[in-house]
Amino acid sequence: MELIAAALDVLARWDVALALFVGAIGGVAIGAIPGVGPAVAIAILLPATFSMDPIVGLTLLLGIYGSSMYGGAIPAILINTPGTAVNALTTYDGFPMTLRGEGRRALSLAYSASFAGGIFSVVCLIFLSPVLAQIAPMFGSREIFLAALLGIVLVVVAHRGQMLIAAALAGFGIFIGTVGLEPAAYTRRFTFGQSWLAGGFDLIVVVLGLFALSQAFLLLTSDDEDIRVPKSRGSLFQGFRELLRHPRVAGIAASFGVVMGMIPGVGEFTAQFMSYTSAQKMSKTPEAFGQGSSEGLIASETANNAVPAAAMIPLLALGIPGEALTAMMLSVFYVHNVVPGPGLFQNDMDFVVALYIALLALNVIVVGFLLVSTGWLVHLTRIPNKFLGMCILMLSFVGVFSIRNSTVDCLIAAAFGLLGYLLKRLNMPIVPIILGMVLGGIMEVKLRASMARVRTPFEFIERPIAFILFCVLVIILASTLWRVWREWQPVDRRSLTKKSSTRFGRRIAGRKERHFANRLKHQRRRRGYDHLGS
Amino acid sequence: MDSSDDRFSKTKSSGQVVFVLAAILIVAILLSQITGQTVWTDRARNFASQPRFWPAVALVVMLAGFVGHFALMRRRRPNALDWIETRRWTEPLEYLLWFMAYVLAVPVAGFLPMSLLLALALTWRLGYRSRLHLGCAGGFAVATVLLFKAFLGVNIPGGRIYEILPGALRSFALTNL
Repeated sequence: MELIAAALDVLARWDVALALFVGAIGGVAIGAIPGVGPAVAIAILLPATFSMDPIVGLTLLLGIYGSSMYGGAIPAILINTPGTAVNALTTYDGFPMTLRGEGRRALSLAYSASFAGGIFSVVCLIFLSPVLAQIAPMFGSREIFLAALLGIVLVVVAHRGQMLIAAALAGFGIFIGTVGLEPAAYTRRFTFGQSWLAGGFDLIVVVLGLFALSQAFLLLTSDDEDIRVPKSRGSLFQGFRELLRHPRVAGIAASFGVVMGMIPGVGEFTAQFMSYTSAQKMSKTPEAFGQGSSEGLIASETANNAVPAAAMIPLLALGIPGEALTAMMLSVFYVHNVVPGPGLFQNDMDFVVALYIALLALNVIVVGFLLVSTGWLVHLTRIPNKFLGMCILMLSFVGVFSIRNSTVDCLIAAAFGLLGYLLKRLNMPIVPIILGMVLGGIMEVKLRASMARVRTPFEFIERPIAFILFCVLVIILASTLWRVWREWQPVDRRSLTKKSSTRFGRRIAGRKERHFANRLKHQRRRRGYDHLGS
Repeated sequence: MDSSDDRFSKTKSSGQVVFVLAAILIVAILLSQITGQTVWTDRARNFASQPRFWPAVALVVMLAGFVGHFALMRRRRPNALDWIETRRWTEPLEYLLWFMAYVLAVPVAGFLPMSLLLALALTWRLGYRSRLHLGCAGGFAVATVLLFKAFLGVNIPGGRIYEILPGALRSFALTNL
């Protein structure tokens, strides 16, 4: 109780409350605009939070992170365009419901499922805290190195079908993290005699380039779409009653969200996939999935909203970000001299609990806001793409230039923006670059520290947690190699029974392709040339 | 669906071969420079402490990833569609120039005037020429400046042009606009 009182004391400030409201409402609005997304918003706002107290800045960013997926469900359900990438699966069952005239029911289900997922994960986080506080100090240099390596391996393995490119891009992230003055022997690495490279690449400059500027370029070079919002009927409260009829689906989906969120490099997509397929298997009407099933909608929305709070676990307990957004938040911690890791749980537990309570309050604020504002949030989807691109371009300048008023930083961000634009056009992943950059730096420092203490390779994994992490790494690598080898076998040697994961992957890939192809067809009518290879 | 089908269902094929070949070339050049751009010191206590170790790991992973992907690609020679896609990669260069011009102009002409100018000119250039669009663009520029510079106090220098303003107005403009 004392801890909760101390945490409430941390939160009981007008600026924290304001940050919570602005983050919640801003996040919903950002999520509701297809083409912006939380990564762009967080990247732009990061430098602005440097002048704030850690709790204020983090509450604001967490607000955006946690609430954007709520908002992302609106265009996913009403116009078949996911507001954020993780709402792609919501279109699968949400849009058919809209076509049946049940758009408000689908929105209501999405809000209630998201709320259930968000609250469940924060409650899990609160109950797990004492355990984490005990386990976290058992993580030394070796364990943190292995956990970071596990994060890199998982983010590569998670990009099924693009593993080699994801590995190469993670390597690129590690490489750009090494450029500049090296802190151990104070030698320069890959600076080519250029003084502006001596300080290395700033993570926030790279993030702003890869996420914000690239998105601005993409929107500025794309054509506007004619968006029509279909009429729908029903109450926005009916979903809460309907959710109570599917407690098992919501419970399992939220559990998958929490577990997958805790594992670095895995995140929302795997959680959604596992919860969606398990809900389909459990359902009495599995054939309705993909045709406007309420259970499918609950499964995907509950799972993706359970992830943000759970993703804070490796970040807070070990200082290891699991994905790009938590990697950005890590830089906020460092700027304020709050070092996430075992020490945070031992020394600043009230700060950690304050963050949990802020997340809890956030979910309540967001649902309340959505219930009264869905009507006008829908109009945000009508903002023209190019106009949105202009807005992001201007905001990106604020983000990059305010770090240290450097024109060189802006030039570097612009170069990374171009790279991000290329990667987005080629459908290649950007997240491995950011994780490679952050985790590469952690791995370098921790490996150096741990190698100084071990004499034989076996000593590296002699401690229990290090051994467990090593075994998990070996199992993941072996199972991935086995899967790849199996997939390369001729078809007639394999069982013709397709796994649900393969079917699901194909359906989602097909859906994404169709969406992309339709947009291109729309653009081709106006252009003299275009690529045809998508 | 074998893994090659899986890959091609996700990664767009046109332009990919050009990108991967360029990446391999750049990584090979960087790898060839590793002895000159990093040092191998005798003072290091173990291999992990060598300044060269992590850049080497990163470059080897990059090279292996790109070469492996290239080797598994169905088509390894660029065709006409690849070059068309490559030409499209140059389209954002125009907006990059807008961005850099804005970056260079703000410290001289001030954040508010340049934001207004950029928002209105770029909105006009993008084809939105109605009063509503231009009004929204202007409003967005003013809101951005007031929110970030005046309210959040982000670190953006006042324009040199504000120096010509009289006393109190000058300090107000330098701080808030």
